[in-house]
Amino acid sequence: MADAKGAVRPGPPVKEVGSDTTFPRVSAAGAVLRGSLAQNRVRAALAVLAIALGVALGYAVQLINQAAVNELAQGVQTLSGDADLEVRGPRGGFDENLFPRLARMPEVAVASPVVEVEAKLVGRDDALRIVGIDVFRAGFIQPGLVALPAERLDTLRPEAMFLSPAAMRWLAAAPGDTVRAQVALSDVPLRVAGELAAGGAQRFAVMDIAGAQAAFDRLGRISRVDLRLRPGIDTAAFAERLGGSLPPGIAVVRPEASVAASASLSRSYRVNLNVLALVALFTGGLLVFSTQAHAVVRRRAQFALLRVLGVTRRRLTALIVAEGALVGVAGSLVGLALGFALAHLAVRWVGADLGSGYFRGVTPALALDPAALAVFFALGVAAAVVGSLVPALETARTPPALALKAGDEQRAFAELRPVLPGVAALVLGAAATALPPVAGLPLFGYSAIALLLLGTLMLMPRIAVLALSLLPKPRPPAARLALAQLSGTPGQVTVSLAAIVASVSLTVSMVIMVASFRDSLDAWLERILPADVYFRAASGGDTAYLTPDVQAMVAALPGVRRVEFLREQPLLLDPARPRVVLQARTIDPASPGRNLPIVGTPVEVPARAPPPVWVTEAAVDLYGFAPGKVIELPIAGRAERFTVAGTWRDYARQQGTIAMERERYVALTGDRTVTNAAVWIAEGVDRATVQASIRDAIPGGDRLEIALPGQIREISLQVFDRTFAVTYALELAAVVIGLVGLSSSFGALVLARRREFGVLRHLGMTRRQIGTMLATEGLAVSGIGLAVGLVLGFAISLVLIHVVNRQSFHWGMELSVPWAGLAGFGLLLLALSTLTALASGRQAMGDEVVRAVKEDW
Amino acid sequence: MLSIRQLAKTYAGPRQRTVLAGVDLDLAPGDYVAVMGESGVGKSTLLNLVAGLDRPDAGSIMLDGVLLAALDDDALTELRRVRMGFVFQAFHVLPYLTVAQNVALPLSLIGAADATAGRKVAAMLAAVGLADRAASLPRELSGGELQRVAIARALVHGPRLVLADEPTGNLDPESAAQVLRLLRDQVKANAAAGILVTHSRAAAQTADRILVLTREGLRESGVGPDFPAQGGAPNG
Repeated sequence: MADAKGAVRPGPPVKEVGSDTTFPRVSAAGAVLRGSLAQNRVRAALAVLAIALGVALGYAVQLINQAAVNELAQGVQTLSGDADLEVRGPRGGFDENLFPRLARMPEVAVASPVVEVEAKLVGRDDALRIVGIDVFRAGFIQPGLVALPAERLDTLRPEAMFLSPAAMRWLAAAPGDTVRAQVALSDVPLRVAGELAAGGAQRFAVMDIAGAQAAFDRLGRISRVDLRLRPGIDTAAFAERLGGSLPPGIAVVRPEASVAASASLSRSYRVNLNVLALVALFTGGLLVFSTQAHAVVRRRAQFALLRVLGVTRRRLTALIVAEGALVGVAGSLVGLALGFALAHLAVRWVGADLGSGYFRGVTPALALDPAALAVFFALGVAAAVVGSLVPALETARTPPALALKAGDEQRAFAELRPVLPGVAALVLGAAATALPPVAGLPLFGYSAIALLLLGTLMLMPRIAVLALSLLPKPRPPAARLALAQLSGTPGQVTVSLAAIVASVSLTVSMVIMVASFRDSLDAWLERILPADVYFRAASGGDTAYLTPDVQAMVAALPGVRRVEFLREQPLLLDPARPRVVLQARTIDPASPGRNLPIVGTPVEVPARAPPPVWVTEAAVDLYGFAPGKVIELPIAGRAERFTVAGTWRDYARQQGTIAMERERYVALTGDRTVTNAAVWIAEGVDRATVQASIRDAIPGGDRLEIALPGQIREISLQVFDRTFAVTYALELAAVVIGLVGLSSSFGALVLARRREFGVLRHLGMTRRQIGTMLATEGLAVSGIGLAVGLVLGFAISLVLIHVVNRQSFHWGMELSVPWAGLAGFGLLLLALSTLTALASGRQAMGDEVVRAVKEDW
Repeated sequence: MLSIRQLAKTYAGPRQRTVLAGVDLDLAPGDYVAVMGESGVGKSTLLNLVAGLDRPDAGSIMLDGVLLAALDDDALTELRRVRMGFVFQAFHVLPYLTVAQNVALPLSLIGAADATAGRKVAAMLAAVGLADRAASLPRELSGGELQRVAIARALVHGPRLVLADEPTGNLDPESAAQVLRLLRDQVKANAAAGILVTHSRAAAQTADRILVLTREGLRESGVGPDFPAQGGAPNG
């Protein structure tokens, strides 16, 4: 710049274009995220909700189950105290003379004998666990069981007992009250002397061991001996040595094994519930997949531009996956909070056993477990990330030049992938069904179901093309256009269908499995209840029984044609497993099918072979008691040999039941008491009359539980329905997520096809015709989804029946398909899906689409 | 055939925007006019109003004696279906239909018999030089070919009025020239009237008359300060 004299002076510095920092900078991440989540708030919210629902259900089920098991463990811990080992025997007890032998062993510091009974309480359905202890010894090992009453001698008084806090609340009792326990058919009054300090949420009572033996007919017998060893003794080595020297039927175990054995009874049920909850999460993941798939296709040209501008494939993939992860994080956080609330509500309304009956009487306190929180948070994020991965990889792989071409978004949906991966998944799934359980859990069964589902989803484009080609060509142009659109974009059909196929197939499979189970249970009840009247000493506990005198009285009653008696006795075969039940009953060895619901062909036992027993499917699975095998059973303190003569079905117990002839049992044990009776009445005699005469004729007859076969059947089926109520709730959640997925898909499709609908409006298609087009697409897509879901659901139901259920609960069942119910479900789903498509496609019938023809993107 | 009187349209919002005001236009069968104007002056709005896709705030539009304002949405749609054809800048050919199916779409919507439709489609494809591409999918065609498909679709059902909105905007000069020639020839051959909206002077010069749309209305064009002289390519 020149001054007045012409000399050049430097002017002010020149700003370079672009160096002004007021220009807002947008990173590739910002470009990706702004284009999606912010612009598709509703769809993003739906995806978050779907993940949240899946996480909430899974976390709630896990919380409740974990709390119940923890409570169980705590209860066992209280009862076991500081014991290093427990010496356990049959439920009915073993010879108390074993106790001094154990106490005198040099390795043993303290030995504490225990009598443990499940006492039937008068006027109550549930039993109360009563623990008889030697208070002087128990103080060293189970201090939590030793009460400190004002009247110290109460701990030694035979009629006094101390209740846990939970038992006090349950019985609404106070010190000084009398609680009546039933022994045989008589009452035994017990005085509530006080409350224990320990016990948690477990219901039990403690009394003097001698008092317990006298009150509950256990004279000369104890249930277990808790041992604390001297310092420095190798517990495992000692346990092995001791175990080898104990009489048959008595085992030495660590206290943790008791927890494991108790928990194992419910483990399969808990795992099944967890898997069902994860199904909801899986369906949520599929919803994320369909949302992301539509979103990335719609922004195909935008992503292509980013690639042209220099964003690498890997970075683009990472950005799209990060988008999905954001959805996962948000969904997981919401889901964890929701899950905690759900768990509280469920425990309050349904109970900690979630209807199963495994944890009846346990009221656990729910606690936040950081590990479970982390796991379910990770699962929610993983579901969303995996759902985003396929669309992300596909987008990154697309050549940018092609993707920049207008209309190329349809190319993404037009491609048909090779069939091999899908077929391979199906074949692997089928192969997995032949594999055995892992640690008692049907993990390969679950894997088979996942592979069948995955394989089907991978083959969906091919299936969709085939199905659409088989449909008759409709006359209305709108409907014809709809089918042409679907045929030209099979990938789009898959994306829309993924969530609905998953939820329909899993729901259908559960419906078929539950129907099969219920029908099998009904048929089983029909077979095992051939008599006219049934009665038993009590509904619960192991202190009630019928003496030989009572048995004779019943047999002699007028109107009674025949009576069969049954004795049940838990046997300890494996301390790591729950006890099997020994049933001594009337059996015709030549024709056992007349008394037992035999499955398969009974084996003829040679004359010189050990006498026959008949075992349930669970006993075969758990202990390998195959027909023809010779086994040893600990009976009356001796190892007696028997031949397995056949297998029968028992839906009442999953831990295994062994039936033997009652005469043989009496001969081996001398025990003539029974727990159950079945009465056949004479022709022309009224059942109600016989019921009344049984109650009147027997002393303590009002204690008896008498029922007709129809009543037993009704109650059993009610329990069954209650057990599966939670299952149905979880399945309903999966179906809802599937429908939400369909709605979200259709909404996204309408958005992506705005220009197309605008062109059709220009060409003279009315709003109604656009609606017809959408409804036809909705009907066709959901029809295909339903058909595939039904077929796949049937296949999965076979896996559930013959693999998952068999390996989880050791129960076989016959297939029974509820055709009417499935038809109703299918019609309802078709209607809902079509309405969903119409509702989601409202935009397509509006005026905005007309202006969309001018949009570049 | 087409009579527009004092057409006006204002878009409501935080700041009201008057897009059209005082537009008059008369077209007879065979008339082929180009409408030019600055961006945002309302050219596409004019087409949308003529097509019955939007309602004016003032003025009237009559097509073959039918007053558009008297028709409800379904009736307008039917009118558009039977009597109008559209050519867009972005082609808007449905990607999942073949070339023949795309061209046949208006006939399907009218409910023409398959045999009749087949003959007409074949004739139209021949007229636009795509007889051998009938079974091709849109993604196999070039931009120029796609626009020829769009022209065929716009005329296959014998519309009375053809509306073309920047039909050469996405084409190279050679293709653009071909498309403009074809469009004009087919409009004339089918005795329809045509309105071509374009930014390009060269494209506009393929029409019988050039009209300029301004905020004051529609007027005949002259070379003036409104338009920078653009020679050469039709969409240059």
